[in-house]
Amino acid sequence: MTEQMPKKERMKIPRQTMPEQEPDVRNHNFKEVPLGLTEEQAVLEANRCIECKKAPCIPGCPVEVDIPGFIRLVMDRDYAAAARKIKETNSLPAVCGRVCPQEEQCEIVCTLHKKFKPVAIGYLERFVSDWERENNLVVLPEIAPPTGRKVACVGSGPAGLTVAGDLVKLGHAVTIFEALHKPGGVLVYGIPEFRLPKHIVQAECDFLAEMGVEFQNSTVVGKMDTIDELFEMGYDAVFIGTGAGLPNFMGIPGENLIGIYSANEYLTRSNLMRAYDFPNNDTPIIIGKNVAVLGGGNTAMDAVRTSLRLGADNAYIVYRRSEAEMPARAEEIHHAMDEGVQFHMLTTPIEFIGDDDNKVKAMECLRMDLGEPDASGRRRPVPIEGSNFIMEVDLVVVAIGNSSNPLIPQTTPGLDTNKWGNITVNDDTMLTSRKGVYAGGDIVTGGATVILAAGAGKKAARAIHKYLMEEVEK
Amino acid sequence: MQKVFDNTQIGPMVWKMRVEVPRMVARAKAGQFVILRVNENGERVPMSIAGLDKENGLLTIIYQVVGKTSALMTTVPDGGEISDCVGPLGLPSHVDNWGTAVLVGGGIGIAPIYPIAQAYKEAGNKLHTIIGARSKDLLFYEDEHKAVADELHICTDDGSVGHHGFVSDILKQLLDSGEKIGMIMAIGPVIMMKVVANLTRSYEVPTWVSLNPLMIDGTGMCGGCRVSIGDETKFACVDGPDFDGHKVDFDLLTSRLGAYKEQERVAMKRFLENPGCKLAKAVETFKYPNEVK
Ligand SMILES: Cc1cc2nc3c(=O)[nH]c(=O)nc-3n(C[C@H](O)[C@H](O)[C@H](O)COP(=O)(O)OP(=O)(O)OC[C@H]3O[C@@H](n4cnc5c(N)ncnc54)[C@H](O)[C@@H]3O)c2cc1C
Ligand SMILES: Cc1cc2nc3c(=O)[nH]c(=O)nc-3n(C[C@H](O)[C@H](O)[C@H](O)COP(=O)(O)OP(=O)(O)OC[C@H]3O[C@@H](n4cnc5c(N)ncnc54)[C@H](O)[C@@H]3O)c2cc1C
Ligand code: FES
Repeated sequence: MTEQMPKKERMKIPRQTMPEQEPDVRNHNFKEVPLGLTEEQAVLEANRCIECKKAPCIPGCPVEVDIPGFIRLVMDRDYAAAARKIKETNSLPAVCGRVCPQEEQCEIVCTLHKKFKPVAIGYLERFVSDWERENNLVVLPEIAPPTGRKVACVGSGPAGLTVAGDLVKLGHAVTIFEALHKPGGVLVYGIPEFRLPKHIVQAECDFLAEMGVEFQNSTVVGKMDTIDELFEMGYDAVFIGTGAGLPNFMGIPGENLIGIYSANEYLTRSNLMRAYDFPNNDTPIIIGKNVAVLGGGNTAMDAVRTSLRLGADNAYIVYRRSEAEMPARAEEIHHAMDEGVQFHMLTTPIEFIGDDDNKVKAMECLRMDLGEPDASGRRRPVPIEGSNFIMEVDLVVVAIGNSSNPLIPQTTPGLDTNKWGNITVNDDTMLTSRKGVYAGGDIVTGGATVILAAGAGKKAARAIHKYLMEEVEK
Repeated sequence: MQKVFDNTQIGPMVWKMRVEVPRMVARAKAGQFVILRVNENGERVPMSIAGLDKENGLLTIIYQVVGKTSALMTTVPDGGEISDCVGPLGLPSHVDNWGTAVLVGGGIGIAPIYPIAQAYKEAGNKLHTIIGARSKDLLFYEDEHKAVADELHICTDDGSVGHHGFVSDILKQLLDSGEKIGMIMAIGPVIMMKVVANLTRSYEVPTWVSLNPLMIDGTGMCGGCRVSIGDETKFACVDGPDFDGHKVDFDLLTSRLGAYKEQERVAMKRFLENPGCKLAKAVETFKYPNEVK
């Protein structure tokens, strides 16, 4: 049995590689790319953990999952218990096991990393949570007796879902208000099926509903009820987890031509509205043959890989810095490269050119050089004069980030925001400038990560619980 | 799931439907819109608010069959359900007392100007309402508008009822009559709004139009609804739908509305080929204004 292997032996086990769909197969379908570890692989991988005393992986995780603890349970082949262990601090392991940048969080600090490859913590996280779900081993946690207190969560991304799950367990009545017709936030409208199957997000939401969370979809807070009106309706506390809303555009000529999408629009059409399955689903999407995606983040990688699956002959990433500065996860960049995405680094468009029907047919670009580091610490791209050239494209996706949606701050007097429009909070409690109103996730930090949003939700839930029990009379 | 009542045909290709959304109806204002989805695979389509029955919690929308989704909407039975209906979206129309105001509604635009007319009247304006369509059988809401407007002007392109000609002819007469007009608001086909805005520019009368670009979320998240106003790009779903007509780039709007022509044709064809489709014949013989199709 692997369990009994001596430490020395265990250290010789190679890091398990996750089976994947072949690049030239997967770039034509929307099915998930990495297929998950087999049970034997998972147990072998778990045995690579040397259970070092320091456990640097725990502080490496933004929500401090007891990583050695859950890995020990995998060695013992008690996968459901391992999943429950993760859920003590991370309510969305099936999601995080797929989309967290483990390579720069828990795995980079793994003790093994100094000499060998780090333990594949993310793979194991995915394995145990899939095991738990697929074998119907998810058990409803004990729900505390009703406290008589009511909480409203605005937005159903990872932040809102986490707050809702934690507070409903403590006996509070929780309602999630979501603007779109489906809950999940970026997890449903942004991240594609081939990276995060939607049924996984749905299962998380169904689970919350089973615990008693009420979902009110298709409800835009600020248009329907304002935050103040939620209090009037009897909610005792409000959590704002509305994400990073409005897409940024380049602000260059020709940007409103047909065939130029924001990444949000392109991905929403394809994911939430399932335009990849048009006309079985009614929402159309423009199919580009030569597609340029502007940007270098996860969003850009998702968009460019989507365009290949929709039938692009040439799919380009156009990024103004170099590969080293790309904010996307290394794994996603490699996936994109394997699938045939072409990378145009140190390039920026300065104008979009349309045809007689106002459809984009080309873009004029400039080559860039890297200069001195800027505020972000990355070297600032500077245009090379006279380097203009034309790139033929019939679809452009702008993936250069989002700014915050002003709807809630505009309709909530006394709610403070910073100069970027992000809601300002107390870092320990996530309390905003308004009594009983908490906020977390991208609306506070600007575009960040799933686990940071979920972590902020955890913090807020603790503070909200304290507030409800100590300051709200019932 | 939202309940639907009185889904009835009121013109050759025009239907009226009432949707039960009491909480929304309680706070919706003239000029706002909703986005609905008929079923799980459905598109999200924006529809203007054409009436608010606060007592019964019912929202009225009036829609023209132009493609798959509007055709599908006609099949929802009385008491049946649609998947979802979100709103109120967009900013309400600006309402003030300008002395005399003129509302212009063309085609399907006759519907959304009705709640605006009520709001203008309530604010104390003297109100001229001009409604127009291609012919008599395409007109609707005459009685509703008559009950609200101080003067209702009707025109048809073919002269089958009212003035023989365009809404802009009547508007020009009003502008030339010497009566001081404080505000003009026009809703209808893009080409009509463009003609109206071009006409009123030289008279220097503030003119608002309600824009109808393609939309998805309706909350500012996607930018699909962007329109060009002066030299700024705006998102019609959150910054509008009403904009200063003198600044709108109407040609851009028209071209963007045609972005999915090919796919729309495919979807509609598939729908009409359904055995038992009651619309097939009607759609085939109906002549749409050049705007649509
Ligand atoms: C394409 C893409 C790929 C990404 N890939 C990764 C990745 O691989 N790994 C990773 O860790 N992170 C990734 N991220 C980032 C991550 O998804 C976000 O940081 C995270 O989802 C933020 O969570 P949130 O709960 O703050 O908000 P969101 O997930 O943005 O959810 C906010 C929700 O609030 C709703 N809402 C907004 N306004 C209102 C209102 N007024 N009333 C009601 N509801 C409202 C919205 O409709 C939305 O559903 C990616 C992001 C994108 C866009
Ligand atoms: C704020 C707003 C309010 C609206 N209010 C109403 C309303 O009260 N009643 C009503 O009938 N329609 C209204 N529309 C238009 C309506 O949303 C479209 O007609 C509908 O989406 C068409 O869907 P479809 O699948 O039937 O047709 P599609 O197959 O999508 O389109 C068929 C044809 O209709 C045209 N079309 C599509 N969308 C629009 C649009 N948004 N505006 C104009 N033409 C369009 C297309 O260019 C195409 O030629 C409104 C649109 C907006 C943005
Ligand atoms: S419809 Fe998406 S931003 Fe307006």
